Formats: sequence, structure tokens, C-alpha cells
Amino acid sequence: MSSSPQPWNNPKLRAFAIQLAVLFVVGSFVWIVVDNTITNLQRQNIASGFGFLENPAGFGIALTLVEYTEQSSYGRALLIGFLNTLLVAVIGIFIATILGFTLGIARLSSNWLVAKIATVYIEVVRNVPLLLQLFFWYFAVLRALPLPRESLSLLEVAFLNNRGIYVPALLLEGNGLVLGLAAIVGAISAWLITRNAKRKRLETGEIVKGAAFAPLLVFVLPVLAFLIFGMGLKAEVPSLKGFGFKGGWSLIPEFVSLLLALSFYTAAFIAENVRSGILAVSKGQTEAARALGLKPTSVLRLVIIPQALRVIIPPLTSQYLNLTKNSSLAVAIAYPDLVSVFSGTVLNQTGQAVEVIAITMTIYLSLSLFTSLIMNWYNRHMALVER
Amino acid sequence: MSETFVRIKHAPERMPPNAQIGMVRWMRENLFSSWFNAVLTILSTVLLFLTLPPLLDWAVFSAVFSGEDGAACRVDSAGACWAFVEAKFGQFLFGRYPAEERWRVLLTLFLGVAGLAPLLIPSEFPKKWFVAYLLVPFPLLAFVFLSGGLFGLATVETSDWGGLMVTLVVAVTGIAASLPLGVLLALGRQSDMPVVRILCVVFIEFWRGVPLITVLFMSSVMLPLFLPEGMSFDKLLRALIGVALFSSAYMAEVVRGGLAAVPAGQYEAAKALGLTYWQSMGRIVLPQALKTVIPGIVNNFIGLFKDTTLVLIIGLFDLLGIVQSNFTDPTWSSPQTATTGYVFAAFVFWIFCFGMSRYSVYMERRLDAGEQR
Amino acid sequence: MNNRLLPAVLALVVGLVAGFLLYPMFAGSGDEPAPAVAASDGVDTPAEPAPLPVVESRSTLDLVRERGYVRCGVSQGLPGFSNPNDSGDWSGIDVDVCQAVAAAVFGDADKSRYTPLSAKERFTALQSGEIDVLTRNTTWSLTRDTALGLDFVGVNYYDGQGFMVRRELGVKSVMELDGAVVCTNTGTTTELNVADFFRSNGLAYSIVAFEKSDEVVAAYDAGRCDAFTTDASGLYSERLKLADFNDHVVLPEIISKEPLGPAVRQGDDQWADIVRWSLFAMVEAEELGVTSKNADDMRTTQNPAIRRLLGVEGAFGQNLGIPNDWAYKIITQVGNYGESFERGVGENTPLGIPRGLNALWKDGGLQYSPPVR
Repeated sequence: MSSSPQPWNNPKLRAFAIQLAVLFVVGSFVWIVVDNTITNLQRQNIASGFGFLENPAGFGIALTLVEYTEQSSYGRALLIGFLNTLLVAVIGIFIATILGFTLGIARLSSNWLVAKIATVYIEVVRNVPLLLQLFFWYFAVLRALPLPRESLSLLEVAFLNNRGIYVPALLLEGNGLVLGLAAIVGAISAWLITRNAKRKRLETGEIVKGAAFAPLLVFVLPVLAFLIFGMGLKAEVPSLKGFGFKGGWSLIPEFVSLLLALSFYTAAFIAENVRSGILAVSKGQTEAARALGLKPTSVLRLVIIPQALRVIIPPLTSQYLNLTKNSSLAVAIAYPDLVSVFSGTVLNQTGQAVEVIAITMTIYLSLSLFTSLIMNWYNRHMALVER
Repeated sequence: MSETFVRIKHAPERMPPNAQIGMVRWMRENLFSSWFNAVLTILSTVLLFLTLPPLLDWAVFSAVFSGEDGAACRVDSAGACWAFVEAKFGQFLFGRYPAEERWRVLLTLFLGVAGLAPLLIPSEFPKKWFVAYLLVPFPLLAFVFLSGGLFGLATVETSDWGGLMVTLVVAVTGIAASLPLGVLLALGRQSDMPVVRILCVVFIEFWRGVPLITVLFMSSVMLPLFLPEGMSFDKLLRALIGVALFSSAYMAEVVRGGLAAVPAGQYEAAKALGLTYWQSMGRIVLPQALKTVIPGIVNNFIGLFKDTTLVLIIGLFDLLGIVQSNFTDPTWSSPQTATTGYVFAAFVFWIFCFGMSRYSVYMERRLDAGEQR
Repeated sequence: MNNRLLPAVLALVVGLVAGFLLYPMFAGSGDEPAPAVAASDGVDTPAEPAPLPVVESRSTLDLVRERGYVRCGVSQGLPGFSNPNDSGDWSGIDVDVCQAVAAAVFGDADKSRYTPLSAKERFTALQSGEIDVLTRNTTWSLTRDTALGLDFVGVNYYDGQGFMVRRELGVKSVMELDGAVVCTNTGTTTELNVADFFRSNGLAYSIVAFEKSDEVVAAYDAGRCDAFTTDASGLYSERLKLADFNDHVVLPEIISKEPLGPAVRQGDDQWADIVRWSLFAMVEAEELGVTSKNADDMRTTQNPAIRRLLGVEGAFGQNLGIPNDWAYKIITQVGNYGESFERGVGENTPLGIPRGLNALWKDGGLQYSPPVR
């Protein structure tokens, strides 16, 4: 121990000092911003606080999943917007996944034409801004559709016009509970059959014939129940009344455009993930599987996809997250999502920008952190399976 | 003893069976290798037959290429109204930037391309001077040229900027600002110092977790409230700040991937040589890390370029914004105006993005070749 | 994301959210979640402001003088009110108010700059000091006058909300619009009025609200909605953007009061007075028969009211803190209210709006100026 090192050469001390400095800089920056905001709000006598959430909203919303009237509160409007965001995100994810997997596999198809078409689709859709595609679907396609009085119709029961898509509503008369119960029983038995078949196959190598059709039980049982109990099923056909169609189920064009744009766009990205996932499975796997005598479809289903999924799923989750966040572009075509209803109308009516934007960001942030949590859990789960 | 047949002459050469050569063989292998493929081929052909002819007809054969106003496009069965694009072309490129000052934009573009092109071409060429040029003098020059007010150049307010020019300004600024910020954030996220690390993680996850549109709303509506009284930013600048912060978080994640790919031995070796943190990062780790993530960085740029369209929602007129605002010009209104405008804008964006993505693929191949020595 | 860091991130996010939730308490004007607020009249007013620390702030007039020009917030293009031509020069009756203020303060109407603002940005832009006056067809309402921190200083256009429909629908009255789809701008008073009107009349409706007025026009034009509603003046103005505006009719009913006027920040009475009296001077000039043409001759008239207005007698400008010939400059450079009206929206413009409510009080309208004395 000749001479003690200089304090600034002590890494621990230095790290501590640096962190203190960073904390000080960031802290004072935040403090200045908050202070400025408070001063500005106060000086200009702008209302603040979250009390406004309880005030009546006073405006109408075109698409509401739960009950909402003009007298409902701003808080209720927030809920409506959030549910509309979730609605378009969930259905969009569903369509995008199916389309994306199809396209990704098609791009690797041995069929030249199919592979080329998939490539062209992916390269075009991926490289054009989503907002532009959204406008295209909304304004260009909307323009091409006829007015309600000249609707395109399918057998005079389903209609398509520039106000949306109208299909007959199936209204159940009688006990819907029985159908629900039948569906649940169907699902459970399908699961049991599939599990037993799998166990038998693993233990004895015997393939249980017909077990592959077990999932159909989910639909078959309710239909049987329906036939047995003979419930009244009434179809309500939409009809032209006044300015538009009344009755039946309808989809507003804003929803359809947003859904199409989001799912077609995201599908192109998912397709690329799927392709690179499949390519990441080493060629030896395919060759080994073929050598074992598996059919090409079985090779894909039993050997390649399960291994590729491990590579595909992390980027797939971030695509889902992107789709959810991109649904905020709804504001451009007046689909009443969270951003449009809350950061749009409510912000304008109340003028409380800080609170409104903070709430909106918090909601998106929670969605994304929640997904991250699930992803972490999933990654750990996958890591355990790996040997 | 029977006579053994010995062939002493070559049999005449015959062509392989028809099914084994040329077109027929290619089609058999690539289009009709199995019944499933055959069905797919037929379906695809039908699909092409249904889509391509009307598309071509719309874009070329029935399209209106010239005309004084929308009347030419209001004809029944008229296809794309390219005359509209032709008439508004100047606006689509420059917005309301005064016509007599537009050379300044072109000059700026030239200055930028001149600095950037040598960097993109892989060669042993010394690049640091170009980097230095792009980092310091170029932004200053660009600013002076575009907004004017100095050296006798007329001032052009940013509210008059528009079209492709705004798209490029937002994209290039976003890219230029996000790369260094992203590298710093990625390093911070790897840091041993918990305070720095947590701050970086919070920053990155915050920006990645919220949609860009709320960020833009925040920068356009809330940012002024954050500033001291009387201080305010230009609207375009506010959007730029939002875009830069947003994309730096994404950039940080890409760079983090690159940092993770550098073997631990490299870090340790740098330390063992007695290099300081910044020396070892700047000379050993980052060059390797950034090289491997060039494709990822380019993909990020593509995303950012496409995202610039969102500024139209907060009232800036980028390419898409200016195209859209021209739809309401009554002299050009026709059933095809909107579709034509969107297709034109889509084509311009596609050229840029596809070009960048090809470049990224090219770099990926090159880097792969380097790895496979 | 790094697993160990996740809790830390969550904690920080929660902290930030808590900060947002708590700051109103520190701000001193937070709505307590007490019944007091719920029992209030439903209008979003802040609770009794606590005694505020005095905030040092400079007068707007000083800031404007120092800067050398007045900054006004205008619309993103509403013909007749505030609309840029192709070379970027703004005109319209809202722009005239801004120019009048510039003329009053600087003696030069050209010392004014315009910031186009969306409906959403307009209030924040004013609150944050980005603009000095908001002259953007904005309806004067109690909430805006109080909780948003604005002060409306007058009305330069008395308007009301109307409806436009396609002529071919054959609709003659708003009461026939049961079940219609209505398009409008989001974040405007019109959106609330529609809800009130249809509800109180027991009519069904569905609303499609867009962020930008161009998009509303495009959607209406595309047939997305049966009716387009906004301020009646806005209807006349937006109708010009439609392909054939004779195919559309404006329904006779006016369902609301929409007094449109300039607004300033709360708390600077001197500046509010200057803007208010700049507007009044224009009205007063019309009443006294002073126009931009005859203002010079009128300076020698014996009519004391005119002499006071033109600054020949008395020191009224001084009381406002601006030169005594303020009104003279306004009238010679911008014109009186009638001239401004006829030039911007009057019968001889494409909008062709009759004076109606906006005639002088002595002609049966509502425009009335307190005396300059």
C-alpha cells in the first residue's frame, strides 16, 4: 500500500458522483418543466385536475359498445374510446395473423407464381405509409361505393353502401343459456378428446382416427341443442328507411377501413417475420424429417412450424403492439377510438390538455408494459422447454 | 457362343423429352409440381386476370394525362387523373414555398446528397470528413438556405413549407438526431450505474409504449405549456422534437441488439488494454456493434420515413398532407382526383422506402459475406 | 425488457402518473373530488383559485412592440375569414381584425404574422403566448371565457349553426333529418349543439366528427353523411370547395348562437382593451360614415365624434397606450367594418353572405360600438 489512489480514480466514487450529477440534471429538468407548467396554468387561470371526468360530455359517438348517451360523463366517453380501440385491435390482430402466416408461407412456396404474388404484395404494402393506406381505403373506396338508395345488395338481405355494411341480425328468441352451455360442454369435450388422443399417440404411436375433428364439437353441440330445443331464431333483415338502413347488424365504414388498413399493413410485416422464422430452422431438420418419411405437409406442421414459432413469436408480439398503437391513426378518419374521442373531442371541449394527454399516454403505456410482462413470462416458459 | 453386341458408334443424340426441358419443365417444376400447387397456380392466375387488366386500364389506357382543369377527368369511364398531379407537381414538392426561392431547396438537397452519397458506397475511402461535414456545416447551411433571413436571402416562414420538402426535412432531422441519441440511450441502458440505467429504460420504454400520434399531439398542444412564459417554438420544430425523441427510443433498441452481439471478450480485452470507457466504446465496441445492426438501423429509418406522414394530423403539410389538401380545390374535383393523388403519394413513398430496404438487403449480404470468411 | 428492471420501470411509471395526479394540488386550483364540484352547474369551472403567488409577467403590448409585429392565430384556410392565397398572403375578415390591431399598435397593418391553427391547437397556442390574438372564427362561450384562460373582447361576426344537404335529397327543413348521418368538426361547439338539438327534438342521428375541416368536406362530398353542419358562414365558405356547389342547399334553420370574435389571454387588460377598441373603431367608423377613401378628408370635419375617432381631438390613443391616430391608421389601411365585411364575405364575393345580423344596429343588425370619448 504505497499511496492511496486519488478519489477521482476510485471507480465506485466516480460512478456515485456521475449518478448524482445525472440525477441532479434530470431532476432539475423535470422540476423546471413541472414548475413552468404549473405557473403557466395558474397564470392563465386554466382549469386543472381530474374533476372534469365526472362532467357530462354532451356529444354523440358513432360507435358505442356499452351504453352511452350525450348525458354520460367524460369518463364514460373515455371508456367508450378505449373499448373501440380494443375492438379494432383485437379483430385486426386476428385477421393480420391469419393473413400474415398465409403470406409468409406463400412467399416461400415452391409455386413460383404464388411466391411472386406474395412478394409483390409484401414489398408494396410494407413500403407505403399506413396513414396513406388508411386514407385510400376510406376516401377512395368510400367514394366508389354507392349511396344508400342505390346500395349493392346480396339477395336483398345484405347491403353494401357508403354508410357501411349491413347484414341480417340473428336474434335468438328463448333460452340462449342452453346454447352457451352446449358450446362450453363442446369445448371441454373437444379438449379432453384431443388430449387423450395425443397421450395415446405418444405412448403407443397409434393415431386415434377422427380425433382431429374434435374441435368441431364446439359448433356441433350448440347446433344440436338448437335443433332439439327448437328455439326460435329470428333474422332481422336491414331495410331502407329514411336516410339509411335500419335494423340488422351493421359495420360503419370507418371501422371497416381502419380494420382493413391495419390488418393488411401488419400482415405484410408478420409475413416477413414468419418467413425469417421458417428460414431460421436449419435445413437439416427438414431433411431429417423427410428421411423419417414424413409427408411435406407434416414436415411443415410437426417439425418446422413449432421450431420457427420460437423465433417468430417475439417479433410477432411487437407487431401486435404496433397494430394496437397504430390504431390511434383512427383519428384521421373519424373512427371513435381512444385518441379520437378522448384526446380529440374531450380535449377540445375541456381544454385540459395536460390531464387528457397524460391519461391517454398512461393507457397506451400500460397496454404495452402489460404485453412486455406477458412476453417475459412467455420467453421464460420457452427457455425451460429448451434442452 | 453368341455374339456379344458391342456398340461401336454413338447412338444419335436425341433431345430430352419435351416435359424435361424449357418452358414445359419449368412450369412443371414451379407451377404444377403437385395437385395442390396446380390449384394454387390456377387460382393465382384467375386473381391476376381479375386485378391486372382493370388496374392497367385505370393507370394507363383510360388515364387522363393532360388537361387544363378537372373537366378532362370528369368524363365517364376516365381512369387516373394524372393531369391533376402534373398541374400540382410544384406544390407537391415544395408546398407554398415561394416559387422564386425554390432553388434554395434544390441546392440544400444537392448539398445533402453530395455529403451522404460517399458514405453509402462501401469503399476504403476516408469517410470521417464527410461525416464531419454532415454533422456540423450541413445542418447550418440547410437551415440558412431553407428559412433564409441571412445573407440577403428572403425569410420563408415554416408555415409556408410543404410537400415532399417537409417530409424530407422531418425524416432527415429525425434520422440525424435519433442515431446519436439512440446510441447514448443504448449505452446508458447497458450501464453499470443503476440510476443511469433506470432512467434510460424508463425513457426508452415510455416512448416505445405510446403511439406517435399522441406524442405529436403532446408536442403541438402541451409543449408550449412546459416552456417559460413568452418562449415558444416553431410548429415544425415542435413536431421535429417529438419525432426525434420517439425514433431515438426505437433506435436505442436496435443498437442494444448490436451491443449484445459483440462478444464479451471484446469488452474485456478493451478493458485489459487500459482503455477508458469512452475509448473502449468508441474504438472497439461500437464500430463492431453498429456494423452488425446497419440493416436494423435502415429499417428504422424506413419506419421513420413512413411515420412522417403523421405530422399532417397536427396540421403540417407534408407530401400526403398537401396532396390531400388539394383534393378540395374545386377546379380539379373529379371522381378520380382523390384516388390518383393517393396513388401518386404512395408511389413516391414507395420509391424511397423500397430503395432504402434494397440498400439494407445489400448491406446485409455484404456484412454476411464478411462474417463468413 | 430486462426482467429485474421491470419492477423499477413500473414503479417509476406509477410515480409519474401519481405526479400528474397530484400536481393540481400543488397548483393550488385543483378540483377536490368533493361534492362541491359535482353539485356545480356542470360547466367545467375551476374551484375558487387559492391566493396565487404573484407571477412576474410582462405586458403583451411591450412584448409585441419589442418583437416588431403582432402574431395572430388564424384558421387553416376558411375562405372569407382567414385564407391564404397561392402566394401565402392571408385575407378575410378575421385577418382584418389582426391587421387592425397591427395598424393601431405600429401604424402599419403589415406588421402582422399569421399562425394557422387547428381547432385543437388554438387555445393552447394563445395560452402559451405563441400568438397574441386569436382571430380564428371562434365562438364566444362561458367555458372558454373562464376555464380556458381566455378573454373574448368582442364579436366580429354574429353567426349561428346551420346545415347543408344534397339538393337531391329533397330535404327542406332540419326537422326532416331524423335518422341522418351528420358530419362535423371535432372539438367545436357545433358538435355539442348537434347533440343538444337532435336530442331535444327527439330526432335520431349519428355523428361523424373529423379533425380537419378539409376531411369533413371530403367525407360529405363522398356521401358518407347526409348533412354537413357547422357555422352558417362556414357552410357558405366550405361549399365553395365542393365540385358543383349548386347541388347543395343550406337549410333555413339556425340552431344555435355562434358569436365569433377575437380572444386574448386572460389577465392583460391593456392588451384586451387595444384589441377590443381596434374592433370597435372599425364599427364606429362605419357608423360615422368614415371609410378608407374619405378618412383623410374627414380629419378636417367639424363632427366631434369623427374628430375624436380620428385622433384629431382628445388623447384616446394615449389612454390605450398606443398613438393617438390609431383609429385613423386602422381605417386608412384596413377600412371600416362594412368595407372589411364586403371585401371578405359580402354579396359580391363568392360567399355572397348578406349583412343580416352583422348590419349596424341602426340598420337592424347587432354590430354596435360604444362611443369613443
